[in-house]
Amino acid sequence: MRWINRKPARPLAVLLAALPFVALLLAYMVASDLRLAANPADKLLPAPSTIMETAQRLMTEGDRRTGRILFWHDTAKSLERLALGVGLAGLAGITFGLLIGLLPHARAMLGGFVAALSLVPPLALLPILFIVFGLGEASKIMLIFIGITPFLIRDMASRTAEIPREQLVKAQTLGASSLVVALRVALPQIMPRLIQALRLSLGPAWLFLIAAEAIASDLGLGYRIFLVRRYLAMDVILTYVIWITVLAYLMDWALRALSRRAYPWAETNL
Amino acid sequence: MSLVQVRNLFKTYEGRPILERVNLDVEEGEFISIVGASGCGKSTFLRLLLAEELPSRGEIIVDDAPPAVEPSPQRGVVFQRYSVFPHMSVRDNLVAAEAFATPFGRLPRAKRAAARERAMATLERIGLAHMADAFPAALSGGMQQRLAIGQALTAKPRILLLDEPFGALDPGTRISMHEFLSELRAETPMTVFMVSHDLEEAFKLGDRVIVFDKTRWDPTDPTAFGATITYDFDARDGGIPFQRIKEETHVLRPH
Repeated sequence: MRWINRKPARPLAVLLAALPFVALLLAYMVASDLRLAANPADKLLPAPSTIMETAQRLMTEGDRRTGRILFWHDTAKSLERLALGVGLAGLAGITFGLLIGLLPHARAMLGGFVAALSLVPPLALLPILFIVFGLGEASKIMLIFIGITPFLIRDMASRTAEIPREQLVKAQTLGASSLVVALRVALPQIMPRLIQALRLSLGPAWLFLIAAEAIASDLGLGYRIFLVRRYLAMDVILTYVIWITVLAYLMDWALRALSRRAYPWAETNL
Repeated sequence: MSLVQVRNLFKTYEGRPILERVNLDVEEGEFISIVGASGCGKSTFLRLLLAEELPSRGEIIVDDAPPAVEPSPQRGVVFQRYSVFPHMSVRDNLVAAEAFATPFGRLPRAKRAAARERAMATLERIGLAHMADAFPAALSGGMQQRLAIGQALTAKPRILLLDEPFGALDPGTRISMHEFLSELRAETPMTVFMVSHDLEEAFKLGDRVIVFDKTRWDPTDPTAFGATITYDFDARDGGIPFQRIKEETHVLRPH
């Protein structure tokens, strides 16, 4: 039998899925053991048990000076920035996507402009954002916004343009105006696409968030990672990295669940 | 005056003629089947009737109104596919047919209940009442087309345009759809244009069958000339002409 036709049975599939995770963990443990055996004070690869202890300390013990548990404050601040940036980008994406996808005039005017904008590397604009918006919240939110909005607009515009011509004509024969076509035919059909696009954008959004926080901030997950880097506190960095991964996974899962719940009709073609 | 008057219609795409010198008069209540080879312009003709596209020359007058420049509720349509809205339940698809004409596409609460009841009555009539809450994706091809026809009729168009409406259906479903359409027409007289690939279907359903073809043909440049109506058959009485005795001949008298 050819390998392209062989399918793993359920238990084997679970085992195969777990394998890379286990392999990574094992490799880390071996490497960590080797280094700690040579030098018990090694900071580069802390033992998993050390990371667990650090994680527990970070999540439960307050800052010595202020008494705040910085871990949760970092998380809340970063999530707030992420939500604002991604939310505004989603709003812009759906608005301009609908305009470009439905109105020939808007397409003629904005299509090329958005395509050109999407080629500007957002990180190269970060200094300009800091100069224009200052070092506060606005510049960080703007970086996320600028980073993912062009992609969202282009994706939403092409999804809108993909709606079969027949549906748009049919709506018109039922008396629908341009606004009604946009609100009742196009918008509900691209909403699940927006959620899908947002899921894809979460990776870049985190990237821009951490980049902005690393450079100028006083709170946030990215800020903390880059701060403790100075002390080679790998246990803290790894705790934060794992936490960010968990958060990103939970967001992805929540968006997928939302899409399934709110748009059951779209499930077959997503 | 005829309900639909097509006068000296031409349509060219980028200098390539598709239709030329098309003339047609259709009376209210007639069922016109449109047939012809692939690429002969019969679908183009339907899009012109729909006012989705505009003629290069000539005009189409419906109900003595000025020629339309875009699709309107005057002309209902059912396509081969994608005719219903996949994001609305079966019932909402029919309610939408009433709601879309409002400024924001939604009926006020007071009117919505009545519209839902009318939708249920229509669903009862087209045999889809048991699927009212399902999404169109759960419907079979024949059910989707019945819904599309019901939806188009809810907006009460002057003419109904069918673009190969049964082309994607299996033969059995297609025959039951023929019966469904014939019953609908018996209940509500309507003027219908149907583009079809299937000659049998065209003669079975139509009162008239019009054929599009090219009258001139340049073998070195097949796209040099457009098509026009070359035949206009009387398709009543099962497509067999001369069944209906119009003159008093004193010889043949059907009982």
